[in-house]
Amino acid sequence: MSEKPTPRILDVSAAVLSKNDDLAEHNRSLFADQGVVVLNLLSSPGSGKTELLRRTLTDLKGRVKAGVIVGDLETENDAVRIRESGAPAIQITTGTMCHLEADMVARAAESLDLHDLGLLIIENVGNLVCPAAYDLGEEFRVVLLSVTEGEDKPLKYPTLFKSAHVVLLTKTDIAEAVGFNRDAAVRNIHRVAPSAALFEVSARSGDGMAAWYAWLEALVARRRSP
Amino acid sequence: MHELSLMEDTLALAMEQAAQAGATRVHRLLLRVGDQSGVVPEALQFAFDALGPTVLGEGVRLDIERVPVVCWCSQCHDSFQPNEIIYACPVCDRLSDEVRQGKEIELASMEVS
Repeated sequence: MSEKPTPRILDVSAAVLSKNDDLAEHNRSLFADQGVVVLNLLSSPGSGKTELLRRTLTDLKGRVKAGVIVGDLETENDAVRIRESGAPAIQITTGTMCHLEADMVARAAESLDLHDLGLLIIENVGNLVCPAAYDLGEEFRVVLLSVTEGEDKPLKYPTLFKSAHVVLLTKTDIAEAVGFNRDAAVRNIHRVAPSAALFEVSARSGDGMAAWYAWLEALVARRRSP
Repeated sequence: MHELSLMEDTLALAMEQAAQAGATRVHRLLLRVGDQSGVVPEALQFAFDALGPTVLGEGVRLDIERVPVVCWCSQCHDSFQPNEIIYACPVCDRLSDEVRQGKEIELASMEVS
């Protein structure tokens, strides 16, 4: 008697990442309520995210109150380096996961006094592929490209670069030593991400950092003004 | 390789939808994957082969429909399909950063009983 029911089609039309997207929206409204500007910092491993943050937050001490959430597969090393600047830094260790998700950021943010901060920077796991798909609730995406990586990286990893509001060309102090073709890199960045702002910086020498700081300070001032 | 984690989310969503619809078996999933979603369809299929039968039962199938990128040209007030990763309007050559389609990773439909 056990008659097999006829298969039927269920129309779903739901985003696979809808749970993450909802949590990200929740983060975004929390951050807006607390008046904190949030950046999602992305790049391949070794592009200089942590050094950029250490230098930036050291130089902006007393001008911008900033906190950091940093993701890595293992170790607390990056948070320790960033804390040298005096800014609070929360380390997320993802284990095997190649990207941060909105719920990890929500949990880490609980350890920070958001209302006291003007700026929250989330340093994502070093990876040019996976983090692109995960909204964390940030206001701006900042993507780093170091001069050691090759001028055509934006063409090879377009999805992440296309999502960038800002591209930072880093380690410019060693550009000549590694034979970096600056014009080709800038052209590639512009063609892949035509609206992204571009800053060329060296966290080691300090070259170009002033323009980046001015951009950050303007954002925070705008948010803080009524 | 976030395809494994995406597939876990896909299967959880499928289970949820099947339960809501009072279905007891899932035969087939149809995913729509945008060409600018950052996802490799082959890797998704691989993840499905590894996880799908355990979660949804033997014999379950996955079909993936690729969704091409569609951009909007603010100068021509028209949409176009770029044929490379530089999104230049084929009419006026202006670069576009307004992607109207092609970023989605979506469970479109399921066949259940």
